[in-house]
Amino acid sequence: MSRGAPSRRLSTGVREDAVARGADETEYTLSVLVENKPGVLSRVAGLFTRRNFNIDSLAVGETENPEYSRMTIVVEGNDKTVEQVKKQLNKVIPVIKVSDLTDDDSVDRELAMYKVSCDPETRGEIMQIAESFRANVVDMGAEAVVVEVTGDTEKVEAMEDMLRGFGIKETVRTGRISLARGEKTTDETGN
Amino acid sequence: MSKTREDGETTEEKEAPTTRRGAEALVEGLKQEGVDTMFGITGGAVMPVYDALYDDEDIDHIMMGHEQGAAHAAEAYHSVTGRPGVCLATSGPGATNLITGLADADMDSRSIIAVTGQVPTEMIGNDAFQETDMRGVSMPVTKHNYLVKDEDEVPDTVQEAFYVSNTGRPGPVVVDMPKDVSKNDTDAVRGELNIEGYSPNYEGHPRQVKKAAEAIEGADKPLIFAGGGAIMADAADEVRELANENRIPVTTSLQGLGGFPEDNDLSLGMLGMHGTGYANRAVTDCDLLIGIGVRFDDRATGKIESFAPSAEVIHVDIDPAEISKNIHADIPIVGDAKRVVGDINDEMASHASPDTEDWLDTLNDWREKYPMEYEQEDGELKPQYVIEELDDRTPDDTIVCTGVGQHQMWAAQWYEYNEPRTWISSGGLGTMGCGLPMTIGAKLAAPDKEVVCIDGDGSFLMTVQELATAVREELDFTLVIINNYYMGMVRQWQELFSDERYAESELPHLPEFDKIAEAFGAKGWRLTESENVGEVLEEALEYDGPSVIDAVIDPNENVFPMVPAGSGNDEFIMGKGTQGSRIS
Ligand SMILES: Cc1ncc(C[n+]2csc(CCOP(=O)(O)OP(=O)(O)O)c2C)c(N)n1
Repeated sequence: MSRGAPSRRLSTGVREDAVARGADETEYTLSVLVENKPGVLSRVAGLFTRRNFNIDSLAVGETENPEYSRMTIVVEGNDKTVEQVKKQLNKVIPVIKVSDLTDDDSVDRELAMYKVSCDPETRGEIMQIAESFRANVVDMGAEAVVVEVTGDTEKVEAMEDMLRGFGIKETVRTGRISLARGEKTTDETGN
Repeated sequence: MSKTREDGETTEEKEAPTTRRGAEALVEGLKQEGVDTMFGITGGAVMPVYDALYDDEDIDHIMMGHEQGAAHAAEAYHSVTGRPGVCLATSGPGATNLITGLADADMDSRSIIAVTGQVPTEMIGNDAFQETDMRGVSMPVTKHNYLVKDEDEVPDTVQEAFYVSNTGRPGPVVVDMPKDVSKNDTDAVRGELNIEGYSPNYEGHPRQVKKAAEAIEGADKPLIFAGGGAIMADAADEVRELANENRIPVTTSLQGLGGFPEDNDLSLGMLGMHGTGYANRAVTDCDLLIGIGVRFDDRATGKIESFAPSAEVIHVDIDPAEISKNIHADIPIVGDAKRVVGDINDEMASHASPDTEDWLDTLNDWREKYPMEYEQEDGELKPQYVIEELDDRTPDDTIVCTGVGQHQMWAAQWYEYNEPRTWISSGGLGTMGCGLPMTIGAKLAAPDKEVVCIDGDGSFLMTVQELATAVREELDFTLVIINNYYMGMVRQWQELFSDERYAESELPHLPEFDKIAEAFGAKGWRLTESENVGEVLEEALEYDGPSVIDAVIDPNENVFPMVPAGSGNDEFIMGKGTQGSRIS
């Protein structure tokens, strides 16, 4: 067998492993099926701190089977670090399955509520904006309204941008939840 | 490493469910797991467990001087036997005292089970007396942990804890037992083991095995890098076959010492920060690196950029998370090292062995160019000499334990390890004070073997109370303190990299260790010159009981070769300041 060029060497002659750690970071969406047991959330959250991984958001709830919960975790990283995140998650004993929905065709949603300052003049304008985002005004006071929006991150943030000019007094977001599209369940996506 | 558990083990217990207390169910579970020795200290929350052990004839409980010692002893028990070591502590301070040992076991992949007492369930969360959230505190330093909330869960929890701890990549597991759970009656028995999210993979993928064999066939400068994982998987025979049959040189990590016989002409000794110059040159120049049960720790790799820069990397490990964590693996093989390396050996039957004679010649040149040496003037006492003399007087299967520091590195360099499970030391965590308790655990695990400890003065003092344990248990071992009246490793770094600013590293007021030993009821010797080293060692080895030799060495002696932190492995400094390969 003839040997080709060494596989992990940059043109400068050094191993590229070292360089990968600091490489550009983007968002990844992981869907993590776990046993619905006390302490699981802190095991998963603790892992991220312990391993110096960055969580953007984490949403968790029971699944169709009450013995399991599903977490949707949005994590910042690059392919190498996120590969480690997945492997380390898999080592947590009550973690049953880790699926990467990042490049998959998936439906992503989050819910956000904004308490926006208003006066009689701006109230109508805010309601119009809400309507155009198919958002709901769920509480109305003399000086503030609460707008509730559901959508993918882009939509939620676009609406937030529009509302900012009126003065956002308070914000709450659930963090992203994601499901693979089609008949296939997340557990079958083979990730 | 762990074997898959034999089936059927649990059935006989099912036939006769009897009511007993949770603590008794625990002890019963330990026995079902084959536990014969455990290490611990009693206290309020764990009293019911001790009560259950009181009448027991099968389990030998060793009362330690400190819970940290109990955890280290349990670690050594695992390293020697391959079976989980068990330690026991009360809630609160007893439990937190275990943490260092748990972290140590976690880093070095040792299977230990820590049973801790906990305050009664209805008091958890109230800051009750001696309450510590052991599950929370131990989470980042254990493979897994359990808070047993109901006495009926005891049998299954014990079974699961042992299974998780010593299958796949071994690691520490905590079982936290609230006092009421220990006291309440239960007739529960263990059921079928079922952990949905846990199924370690033992078989290497045949396609990957084939690729590995092809890579070996095509290599000009192959190198095996064997680690602690190879030893734990009992893969030493397979590694030896792979090396011998294909004439592939072998280097080991610190924890891999003994995984390949150092008296074999293919052995290059240890690589890394204090590895041999020739091993570090070999890893820098090799074109195929076969990592077996290693995790490419930074002390072994040096600066990643210059680690094996031209090599294709085969990485065999039981833990998928180790693959490409630090060093990219071109041919990853997840599986049990014994099976995978065995498969590679089988596969090599249909592949030609590489022609490595030129490569081996080059390595021999490097051996001559970068020899392991030290200088000892007349009368002077050098640590390397003491260790060589000890090596000369002890059999090949002697178990060597160490503390952490220069003496540990000298012990790694100057004692020759030829058999697996003979080197027990704190590698990943670097825990000073591990030496004496590990020696105790090792001796209890292997009463018929010679057990020695090469300790440091600072390290020894951290767990010196365990001498009382050793004397009480009438343990026969020899502990040599390489005494430089310094935190020597720190002093070395200060000398080399901090302008000789010796901040808080000198230990001028140490006690006389031979007298300390005598005060505990052990036997002590003091050595100050090279002349009578052999004689004293022989007396100490002969003495039937704990022997402590205070060997007062030249305090200025440094550990060489050395790869300065952050440098490439080929930038090692030889003794007396000679540079490594780069100036060649
Ligand atoms: C528990 C603990 N505390 C501190 C350190 C940092 N440290 C590493 S080596 C060392 C000095 C060790 O001194 P000694 O045991 O006398 O061994 P020597 O290096 O002199 O052989 C110290 C303080 C450590 N590794 N472990």
